[in-house]
Amino acid sequence: MKRKSGSPAKRATLVCVAFLLALFILAPFYWLVVSSISEKAELLAVPLRWFPRRPTLSNYATLLGGGGMMSVSGGEVPPFKTAIRNSLTVCLTVNVLCLTVGAVAAYAFCRMRFWLKKQLLLTIIAVRMLPEISLVVPLYMIMRNMKLLDTPFALIIVYASFILPFTIWMLKSYFQSIPAELEEAAFIDGSSRMGVLTRIVLPLALPGIITTAIFTLLTAWDEFLFALIMTSTYAAKTIPVSISEFTTRHLIDYGLMTTGGVIAALPPVILASALQKYIIRGLTEGSVKG
Amino acid sequence: MINTVVLSRPSPRRARMQPYLYILPAVIVIFAVIVFPLIYAFYVSLNNVVGQSQTFVGFANYANILRSDFFWSSTGRTLYFTVVSVGLEFLLGLGVALLLNEDFPGRGIMRGLLVLPWALPTVVNGVLWSWIFDANYGALNALLKQLGIIDNYVIWLGEPLSAMNSVILADVWKNFPMVALLLLAGLQTIPDVLYEAATIDGAGRSRRFLSITIPALRPAMLVALVLRTMEAFKVFDIVYIMTKGGPANGTQAISYYTYVTTFQYTKFGYGSALSYLVALVILAMALGYFKLLKANEE
Repeated sequence: MKRKSGSPAKRATLVCVAFLLALFILAPFYWLVVSSISEKAELLAVPLRWFPRRPTLSNYATLLGGGGMMSVSGGEVPPFKTAIRNSLTVCLTVNVLCLTVGAVAAYAFCRMRFWLKKQLLLTIIAVRMLPEISLVVPLYMIMRNMKLLDTPFALIIVYASFILPFTIWMLKSYFQSIPAELEEAAFIDGSSRMGVLTRIVLPLALPGIITTAIFTLLTAWDEFLFALIMTSTYAAKTIPVSISEFTTRHLIDYGLMTTGGVIAALPPVILASALQKYIIRGLTEGSVKG
Repeated sequence: MINTVVLSRPSPRRARMQPYLYILPAVIVIFAVIVFPLIYAFYVSLNNVVGQSQTFVGFANYANILRSDFFWSSTGRTLYFTVVSVGLEFLLGLGVALLLNEDFPGRGIMRGLLVLPWALPTVVNGVLWSWIFDANYGALNALLKQLGIIDNYVIWLGEPLSAMNSVILADVWKNFPMVALLLLAGLQTIPDVLYEAATIDGAGRSRRFLSITIPALRPAMLVALVLRTMEAFKVFDIVYIMTKGGPANGTQAISYYTYVTTFQYTKFGYGSALSYLVALVILAMALGYFKLLKANEE
């Protein structure tokens, strides 16, 4: 890494290439934001202007004001606020469920010996690899028979079980990196298993738990296929489904779509930028180790 | 595995039951919501489902799928998508990883930027790129025209192949950063001494790259390739958002085909059989992945 950085000419070339790369990454983001603050007339102008003459937040007002309002293009604006609330409810509940159930199970897999342990671990890995499409068909039929379609509850259950194998796997590898001698000492002092887990293992594994939580949150926030199929009204529709409907149900209104896009992108992008080092570590450790 | 120390505890009966209590919630959830539905799906795939009535047809659904031209052309499109997008993500990712492994001002910022497309929700990515590719008002047409590269606006999503390539570009933009970060992490584990020693021995730039960088990077490259291949083969969200499988079914990848068959034509039996075939392919890839990882560890 700290190889000699070579001549100034080489360094200049590197900076130039990096600049082009930055442009390639940032230009679509720029366009997403600019489109959301442009008036419709300016967006549809030919030749296109690259920054609006009169930036406006009216798209945001329309979208967040939501509920029976008419957009500029004439289509009815869906209650986007409800979608935000559904997404938040589902994501946060799934996260809490996965982390608690996952941490307890991961600890058992990491420190205890029991019958069928190896087989269960293999099942968990296999389940982690399953494509969503092969589960969505039976789960839709089951949820339909149980009259649970179109409820946040159904999404929470499905997301939690889909993400749980991943949570267990990540947490297990973090727990394994904690020296068992520390736990041994606590046992000698009379702590129970649960006491050791909550007072020693979890605090020490905090960075790993943060990484796992980010991945769990982003996966649930991003999920589209299950939400598309298992929700039909704003009782349960999440942000991705809501955004996808701007393309189908109404006239294509890119102003509103990009506005919805910015709102949907803000939480994960902020989280990912603020906690960058956890993400990079999670990407490499999570996938390399299993 | 070095740290898997099994701690001994008194009160044998309770201690023996304890692990099961710890794993029980997870096992219940995984079996109830994943394993049981999978078995149920297999049962459904052996039936012809019309409305609420089912008739047992054995493996007829599977036979029909394997005989259907549409299944094979959809598989072909999925493979095209997978090979081209993963190939591009890999090449671009490798280039970026090599770039960021050099020492230059702004390197840290670049690494931070890479996380951004990865964090962008897939649906938003699809919306953003269909807007960029828009035939009448899209930014790509405007940019190319203002630069004088094209004379007339191109209908990017209007023809099967061009639509597929547009979807691929959107996918590459979102996913090459993940490959880059994985490979960069691999590059940073290569000790500098190796390069220094090789230089002293008279190895040139390309020689050092081929004899040190590539072999040392092999594990990271395999991981990145296999993970991305499995993801790409499952492609659904971005196809749904950008093209709905069209035009002329030109972007109808296998997951999308399964979705349409099951939920628009409500052929649940046929759809279940299709989804089982997709799962088998993915699990075969997963198996290959673990074999590779094992081989690398040894």
